Amino acid sequence: MTAPAQTASATILPFAEPLKTVRDTRPLRLITCGSVDDGKSTLIGRLLWDTKAVKEDQAATLARDSGGQNDLGLPDFALLLDGLQAEREQGITIDVAYRYFSTDRRSFIVADTPGHEQYTRNMATGASTADLAILLADARAGLLEQTRRHATIAALMGIRQFVLAVNKIDLVHYDKAVFDRISHEFREFALSLGVRQITAIPMSALKGENVVYPADASMPWYDGPTLVETLELATVRSTQAGGFRLPVQRVVRPGESFRGYQGTVAGGSVKPGDSVVILPSGTVANVSRIVTFDLVRNAAVAGDAITLVLDRQVDVARGDVIVSLDGQPMTGHHFDAQLVSLQPGGIEPGKRYWLKSGSRRQRVAVEPISQLELATGKWQPHASTLAMNAIGKVRLSFEELAVFDAYEQNRSTGAFILIDPDTLNTVAGGMITAKRAEIGGIHRADAPGGQRVVLSLPADLAEQLMASELFANRRDETEVKRMTAKQAAELFSNAGGDI
Amino acid sequence: MPLSVQETEVKNPPVSRPPLDPHLKALENEAIHIFREVAAEFEKPVMLYSIGKDSSVLLHLARKAFYPGRVPFPLLHVDTTWKFKEMIEFRDQIAEKYDLDLVVHTNPRGAEEGITPFSHGSALYTDIMKTEALRQALDAGGYDAAFGGARRDEEASRAKERIYSFRTPDHKWDPRNQRPELWNVYNGMVRKGESVRAFPLSNWTEVDIWRYIQAEDIPLVPLYYAAERPYVERDGMMILAEDPRLELLPGETVQQGMIRFRTLGCFPLTGAIRSTASNLEEVIAELEIATVSERQGRAIDRDQSGSMEKKKREGYF
Repeated sequence: MTAPAQTASATILPFAEPLKTVRDTRPLRLITCGSVDDGKSTLIGRLLWDTKAVKEDQAATLARDSGGQNDLGLPDFALLLDGLQAEREQGITIDVAYRYFSTDRRSFIVADTPGHEQYTRNMATGASTADLAILLADARAGLLEQTRRHATIAALMGIRQFVLAVNKIDLVHYDKAVFDRISHEFREFALSLGVRQITAIPMSALKGENVVYPADASMPWYDGPTLVETLELATVRSTQAGGFRLPVQRVVRPGESFRGYQGTVAGGSVKPGDSVVILPSGTVANVSRIVTFDLVRNAAVAGDAITLVLDRQVDVARGDVIVSLDGQPMTGHHFDAQLVSLQPGGIEPGKRYWLKSGSRRQRVAVEPISQLELATGKWQPHASTLAMNAIGKVRLSFEELAVFDAYEQNRSTGAFILIDPDTLNTVAGGMITAKRAEIGGIHRADAPGGQRVVLSLPADLAEQLMASELFANRRDETEVKRMTAKQAAELFSNAGGDI
Repeated sequence: MPLSVQETEVKNPPVSRPPLDPHLKALENEAIHIFREVAAEFEKPVMLYSIGKDSSVLLHLARKAFYPGRVPFPLLHVDTTWKFKEMIEFRDQIAEKYDLDLVVHTNPRGAEEGITPFSHGSALYTDIMKTEALRQALDAGGYDAAFGGARRDEEASRAKERIYSFRTPDHKWDPRNQRPELWNVYNGMVRKGESVRAFPLSNWTEVDIWRYIQAEDIPLVPLYYAAERPYVERDGMMILAEDPRLELLPGETVQQGMIRFRTLGCFPLTGAIRSTASNLEEVIAELEIATVSERQGRAIDRDQSGSMEKKKREGYF
């Protein structure tokens, strides 16, 4: 434990000493989840306290609101988080709170999310942007259904790094057997969700044991990292690789001579000279410039907010997606998705919702197919309403052509929200799993890049073909790889004419 | 003046400034994304501009978001008439320099009834001159979205804010029933009369703001930098003694000292700090060893616990 101890002491500086913040990486976004009363708010409060993120005047307010100190001589750390009056009155977390703290290694954005089942939507809100999830379990109670629900939602939303915090270990007399049993059970469960990176830590959030400071004295049997060490070593979800994606937010035309498409790169990269396709129209153009406020850039990568200028006058509007010629997203009228139902009314079969993905908003009909049974982890066939908090597989049907990636391939272009047209509230968050081909009224789910006809054609020819009326009913089952005439000729000769 | 794209400007080589680190770059990208999304989704957005450091960063990001176009919405300043003189001068200069549409609104009732922070106390004064005035101005403009510079690290109830914060037609915020907000997909659908407050700086901390100001060389009101200034000590705060409307109470004297402000609001309600930090580097160095939070100098936060939440429920920013 010598090396971690050094790290921890280097992390923690006394109040008056200058804090040298080194921010050479993007902040790690994390959520805390688990059942109510597992101690989530206390844990985050403790993290803030021990990393000196709590200032003196805030500490004084905390001491005042705590009504003195508890029997350990400590303030009620949860009050640092539960900032709403109703939360303080009921001693629970209702809505997600975002907090910021840093060590000398990196900065963190933590979403403290509610444990109560009725507020699962707020947990999903926190999970959608997180790189890592801390699952809390009360050492006395073990894994509860709510813990499993939260772990499942976190895994569905693509979180691949889990920390299991076996909290309140002091209340079971620092019993190693209890810790081993709960962490074994959780590992089995997490592996079934496809999560491989799991760190289990025994801790007392209230006493600050194994949170920032190691607890060698009370838990000599534990030689793993503290929570903060684990967080410092975690990885930020990589920016989206794969093909270039730019959902167009705005068209900017400040004068006759300039027409630019503004948006945030949602995948891949782009540089001047690249050939791009505008979807859903399928028009092809070349990138002439990438403009930002500071300078003209010679490249842009995922995450960059840019203005793209093309080399010709084309019809591009908000909601379109500009993508690379190679590695295009899926287009079609029918998609399969997994979603989390977030509001009391649930998701009704056949009802038409607004779907928003990227900058595009479309009407969509939603048919539930199956629902996840949390106790067993099995998908049960389900044709009726997906109740609030249910996790379901659904079929989406669009009137206009839709453009998506699978969520696994791209977290931006594979994610969507559903908006109820009656209340205008956000009623579900969803993730695209596959495109469905539609042939003669029979729906068939295709894995991305699965059973489809692939045509490799020069771009001009591809455009003509896709635009033709004769082809209108075949678009869903056909993938067209647009390329230059030269590329097509090379491909043809390499294949020995066998295309 | 409609901006035309100047080829020379676009082709300029990078200025000799260190590039933003990945942390600030990510925050900037996120803010620009939010600006563009709101501007595209709403019919009549407005940006709340309060002349402070957060507003200055917000404005800078708006200019970046819409470049080479013009900022496509007006700026709204709710003027309580008790702002620091230097703030008003700075506001007017900035509006002219950047060719902005500036709307200034003062609650006429406040002037009629003679509401001042001295005569009516900070709570009632804030309610009338800020919250009510803001509601008046938003209603008058028919705005369906209002950008604000609020950050989640400022205060416990602010930590609960969404990026798009939904408000009823009477500007009420219901913290227990906020719309879920997943990924960076924002729900901008509102009915007539309803609106959204949008917070592009949600994920920024105070240190981020200052480091960004330094990296981007964003102009600020000079009151943020230390100088010899006259002040009066009252209720544990140092109040700037430049405005003739400040009447000395028995036993009070005007003192001189090196002071500056960490946050700027109405001068009678905003306390200065003793400081020798007279440039950005020194301000940031001072901030890094600060042991009290930034809003410690704001009287209105301290009326009672949860007072910010109450104000926000009523329509305060």
